[in-house]
Amino acid sequence: MLEIKDLRTAIEGKEILKGINLKVNKGEVHAIMGPNGSGKSTLANVLAGREDYQVTGGSISYIGEDLVELDPEERAQKGIFLAFQYPVEIPGVSNVYFLRTAFNEIRKANGQEEVDAATFLKRIKAKMELVEMDKALLNRSVNEGFSGGEKKRNEIFQMAVLEPQLSVLDETDSGLDIDALRIVAKGVNTLRNANNATVIVTHYQRLLQYIVPDYVHVLYGGKIVKSGGKELALELEEKGYDWLKK
Amino acid sequence: MSSEIEHLESIANREYKYGFVTDIEADALPPGLNEDTVKAISSIKGEPAFMTEWRLKAYKQWQKMVEPKWPKVEYPQIDYQKIVYYSAPKKGPKYESLDEVDPELLKTYDKLGIPLAEQKLLAGVAVDAVFDSVSVATTFKEKLGELGIIFCSMSEALKNHPDLVKKYLGSVVPATDNFYASLNSAVFSDGSFVYVPKGVRCPMELSTYFRINAQNTGQFERTLIVADEGSYVSYLEGCTAPQRDENQLHAAVVELVALKDAQIKYSTVQNWYPGDENGKGGIYNFVTKRGLCHENAKISWTQVETGSSITWKYPSVILKGDNSIGEFYSVAMTNNYQQADTGTKMIHIGKNTRSNIVSKGISAGFSNNSYRGLVKVMKSAENARNFSQCDSLLIGDKCGAHTFPYIEVNNTTGKVEHEATTSKIGEDQIFYCNQRGLDTEQAVSLIVNGYCKEVFRELPMEFAIEAQNLLSISLEGSVG
Repeated sequence: MLEIKDLRTAIEGKEILKGINLKVNKGEVHAIMGPNGSGKSTLANVLAGREDYQVTGGSISYIGEDLVELDPEERAQKGIFLAFQYPVEIPGVSNVYFLRTAFNEIRKANGQEEVDAATFLKRIKAKMELVEMDKALLNRSVNEGFSGGEKKRNEIFQMAVLEPQLSVLDETDSGLDIDALRIVAKGVNTLRNANNATVIVTHYQRLLQYIVPDYVHVLYGGKIVKSGGKELALELEEKGYDWLKK
Repeated sequence: MSSEIEHLESIANREYKYGFVTDIEADALPPGLNEDTVKAISSIKGEPAFMTEWRLKAYKQWQKMVEPKWPKVEYPQIDYQKIVYYSAPKKGPKYESLDEVDPELLKTYDKLGIPLAEQKLLAGVAVDAVFDSVSVATTFKEKLGELGIIFCSMSEALKNHPDLVKKYLGSVVPATDNFYASLNSAVFSDGSFVYVPKGVRCPMELSTYFRINAQNTGQFERTLIVADEGSYVSYLEGCTAPQRDENQLHAAVVELVALKDAQIKYSTVQNWYPGDENGKGGIYNFVTKRGLCHENAKISWTQVETGSSITWKYPSVILKGDNSIGEFYSVAMTNNYQQADTGTKMIHIGKNTRSNIVSKGISAGFSNNSYRGLVKVMKSAENARNFSQCDSLLIGDKCGAHTFPYIEVNNTTGKVEHEATTSKIGEDQIFYCNQRGLDTEQAVSLIVNGYCKEVFRELPMEFAIEAQNLLSISLEGSVG
């Protein structure tokens, strides 16, 4: 599904990713771990197409397409979803209206019919229950006045509704208490199937107790310095990152 | 990052969608203004003598006045002798039914997406359409008549209800008020008149669609709304204009009188031709709008201003009666080389008077958008309260937003609050929308509409949707 080859990126001329290789197949969950400043969030944002990050070398292929050539909205329409580390507030725009607009844009781009408000509300009911989302949050402005946990849960809720093929979770666990973490993990696990894939970017092993990855990669200094199975996460938890820095 | 700004700019730079000219023969006076022009207008319209006198008095006053120079707008000197002060569609001004209306005109409405016939049926909106200065279609009159509500053109009002007009015309905006109001008083060709009797709640939104059509024709509308004691009326004014190369002058006057316990809600969506992307052409919009509140009365102005190359407009409320309330909700959007200097005046005279101001300015392109507001608490106004919120949103980095709040408080029990913010559309917000599948243009439109929500929710439903569409159209090309 996703194949990253020798990816190099820079922000304002400073090189952040220095040759990343990563292959994600359908049905897999990959965890990208690493200390602060290692380039984890950069990788997540590059996949989503954030403009500030320039791809200076290498390639990203997604379902056979050159991802680098696509605009962020085209990537979203083709099934890439980024759960933001810091979800953005949009005052005056109701959460449900925003989500329906997104939902319909993605449908339109894929030659499907748009869905009206009533049908949409029916469709999202089960997804709300999945992430135990308070109904009141639907009509509040997008992320405005949401607590940190509510924002993250809202991201997973959007993910559940949009049903992406490739989900990238950028530090979704940061700032979450245990209950919220459990809810978020339940959402991700329920949505997981043989046709989609998930890339989880995280600093801590905590989230991986709830969402069990197939592969764990350690990013350090803009490179993947170690890859392994789920046991690697535990090893990192025990030993920290220092032993990999040498 | 720079391409984001370019995209923002390109959305603001889309062409005006409503630029077309309807081919209807016009019957016009030659250009120029003198006493004879004023007399001719009054005579063409068959006005009573007091009206001719009133116009002449205004004209004489106007000759002594100079154009105000304090607004933050720039434009070439207007030659008032080159303007045509009267033009009317050749066919008779009154029709019994839509069938008799010039089909060309109906087509114009169709292009604007406001088919009169459909509106009549679906929306239950009585439409008094002002087209090139003469009312050509008035609907729902009988229904309103049953309640004693008068909704007609100013010309008809002068014929059928001269006493009411005489009593209230100029009572809020005197013929000598300011340069543009005096000009309007001298030469106004038509407009709307509304009278709602005591205790009557007008059951439908009253609406007038204005259109400026004949080339070089100054449009001088005069609107007078009188809500008698304990009555309620909501009035909608919506405007679009065909595309023009030459600047057109528009100097309207709107007067509202809310007697004891009465309420008037006046909503405007203004979408006159703003000029092209190089600032060529466009309407000069110099409007005087003012309301007078008697005891316990309430006047709300809601405006969505997206058009005109120059906007000079300060819908105001004189809170004369005790416990009266004045409100002003405004969205002013400027793009390309548009210039807007708009705001409100709240004059607190009575005790316990309240006013609320919410102004949302959006500037894109090379435009300049100024909020200018006066809150004045007179000595007599015990316990007056005002709250003002003035927000400015910038799109791109070549536009300007300015706020000029004037506050005068002459009574120590008064409480006046003013909050102002200036922000830019965040790239984070746009990226967030992009990542959810929205393109940048949609993202900006969504964000801007959200920003204006507080004002839009004051508009009647159909109008709110129209306003959102208009804003999206106006934003087109502002995002690059």
